[in-house]
Amino acid sequence: MKAVRSMVLVTNDPISLQRGAQAVYDCLQEEVNKFGLAGEVSLAMIGDVAREDAAPLVIVYPEAVVYGPVTPKDVPLLVEEHLYKGRIAADLQATNRELTGRVAWLSTRKGALPAEQRIVLERVGVINPEDIQDYINHDGYTALRKALTSLTPADVIAEIKKSGLKGRGGAGFPTGLKWDFVAKATGDRKYVICNADESEPGTFKDRVILEGDPHSIVEAVTLAGFAVGANEAYIYVRGEYQLAQQRLKKAIIQAHEMRFLGKGICGTCFDFDIHVHSGAGAYICGEETALIESIEGKRGEPRSRPPYPTTHGLWGKPTLVNNVETLANIPAIIRHGASWYQGFGTKSSPGTKAYTILGNVNVTGLIEVPMGITLREVISIYAKGMKNNATFKLAQTGGSSGSVVPASLQDTPMDFDSFNKVGLSLGSGALLICDESTCVVDLARVIVNFFRFESCGKCSPCRIGSQKAYEILTRISEGVGTLKDLEDLEKIAENLYQLSNCGLGQTVGTPVRDILKHFRAEVEAHIRLKVCPTGVCAMSGRWSPAK
Amino acid sequence: MTLDGQIEIDAIAAVQKAVQQHGTIRDELIPILIDVNREIGYLPAAALEEISRQLRVPKSQLFSVATFYQMLSTTPRGAHVVQFCESAPCHVEGGRKVWHTLMDALGGIKSGETTPDGKWTLVTTSCLGLCGMGPIIIVDDDIYGNVNPQQVAEILSRYA
Repeated sequence: MKAVRSMVLVTNDPISLQRGAQAVYDCLQEEVNKFGLAGEVSLAMIGDVAREDAAPLVIVYPEAVVYGPVTPKDVPLLVEEHLYKGRIAADLQATNRELTGRVAWLSTRKGALPAEQRIVLERVGVINPEDIQDYINHDGYTALRKALTSLTPADVIAEIKKSGLKGRGGAGFPTGLKWDFVAKATGDRKYVICNADESEPGTFKDRVILEGDPHSIVEAVTLAGFAVGANEAYIYVRGEYQLAQQRLKKAIIQAHEMRFLGKGICGTCFDFDIHVHSGAGAYICGEETALIESIEGKRGEPRSRPPYPTTHGLWGKPTLVNNVETLANIPAIIRHGASWYQGFGTKSSPGTKAYTILGNVNVTGLIEVPMGITLREVISIYAKGMKNNATFKLAQTGGSSGSVVPASLQDTPMDFDSFNKVGLSLGSGALLICDESTCVVDLARVIVNFFRFESCGKCSPCRIGSQKAYEILTRISEGVGTLKDLEDLEKIAENLYQLSNCGLGQTVGTPVRDILKHFRAEVEAHIRLKVCPTGVCAMSGRWSPAK
Repeated sequence: MTLDGQIEIDAIAAVQKAVQQHGTIRDELIPILIDVNREIGYLPAAALEEISRQLRVPKSQLFSVATFYQMLSTTPRGAHVVQFCESAPCHVEGGRKVWHTLMDALGGIKSGETTPDGKWTLVTTSCLGLCGMGPIIIVDDDIYGNVNPQQVAEILSRYA
């Protein structure tokens, strides 16, 4: 996809087609050429957007304006007004401007990208993260004060439940429900843990939040403690994030000085303290039970579950474990209310999500948008298109654990439900975007190597399976793979999914399975033809089980 | 004073310092290991013995923990440690070519190895959370982003 000024999408689901979508599309093409805009406007047809009432729809980006129902005779006006003169053709707009499950029309903040809506990144880049006063001046600690002085713990949990917030670390578990479990668990003491281990390849959103707005996590963790009945928290930050650790420690000291931590917070009888605990370089410690083992001074090996940390966590006590981004949403929800939060995103996945954009695109970085945006939108609007006008081939959405999304599925809204419906998992939102120069065998090999290296070694399926899968993929990349190898690979992927002790082992098979599902021909070319179509793999004709 | 003797003295001093800061309870074990590793450059056997003594943790458990985590090393490292990210994002963003150039520039050593003169140790790591600027090279505490193969030699030349 090349970088263009405007992107125009025409729906082509059966109902739209029946009502003349093809004619509309053709007309659009003609008019765009007539006005000499062919180089600046891209035109594409997309599938169902669940708006039969206004089909066929024409959606124009970056303003995210929805027109419909559109007939061929409306097209000249649309093109002239909107694409040529830059004015929205209000008469042609669909009633109820929102699209179900898509990026909704939002008033944009000055300087922000279209439709970007910052909740967790609200203060990042705006305040001085090492100054608590700056945080306070931007509504800092008002949520905590409100909760401690005028709400009960049950009120807080009810509000989080109502908001529909789901975990942002990758698993997508309903946050309010988890808080409820911990609140109802029996134990003489409870703990809150903030999972800041962030080691999923491609993910750095938590680092940006911790470095840019550490107080938001201090406040969120304290709120969580109040809600579930804990008086102590650990923020487990991966060892490589030195700056994040420093800023958190400083923020905690400042919060103590101003009585937002310690004994009798905000003049109430609630006591709370937070420890910053460093990791030492282990991806598996992002798994909640492995994380707990690591805090307890042991190898980060996941425990057997049940029981879950909600009832038997740190030192055997009920423990709440939440991801940084999940927690960063909490103060805003308490401040503005659950209904406000539900106004963003989709019904099944309300709120916003921070997506990191990486790979063969023009602009890499971090954005926060309502849940439900599509890959196509991300690539063309935020990433400003593929680098060197390359073709989009595939993307991984959940770091290395995520499904592999082929170009044919790039219009699927990125929310938990829509992805599940097409057999994909969303994950942490690290969007690795690959162009046609990416070899799927090479990519699979790099991904499986990551899991092989990071496997804790406790359970045989993962310890042995990831090693075997890596060897097979290496053999294929050296041109000595066989079709039986592919059969074995599929079996290993299945075993990993069914038999592994924890999520790491379970997801090793996901990218492998997806690649075999959508790109089998390319993989088989390495075997049958002894050729790497992209020219990336070594294909030396030799392999030995060296190290 | 032999070299071993000096290492032992340094090790015990580093452990004392870490224990004074963190205390001797079990959940401070990994923070202590990190501090000592940072101070000396790795975890000599003498350090682990001292930690075992102070925290009353069996040595086998200490080795079990020290060998599990990527940031801790039980073997000595070179004067400068070069870390290179080999995860998917950096790889897709041009990591492969940078990696080959790096290996060549360091005399062909492989990951985990140290050059014969003891100057460089090369380590491949998993994702470091800097993916927007891949490929990434870290030398000691200095982070280099958006590295292309032509820049590798110049980066290495900055270190004595």
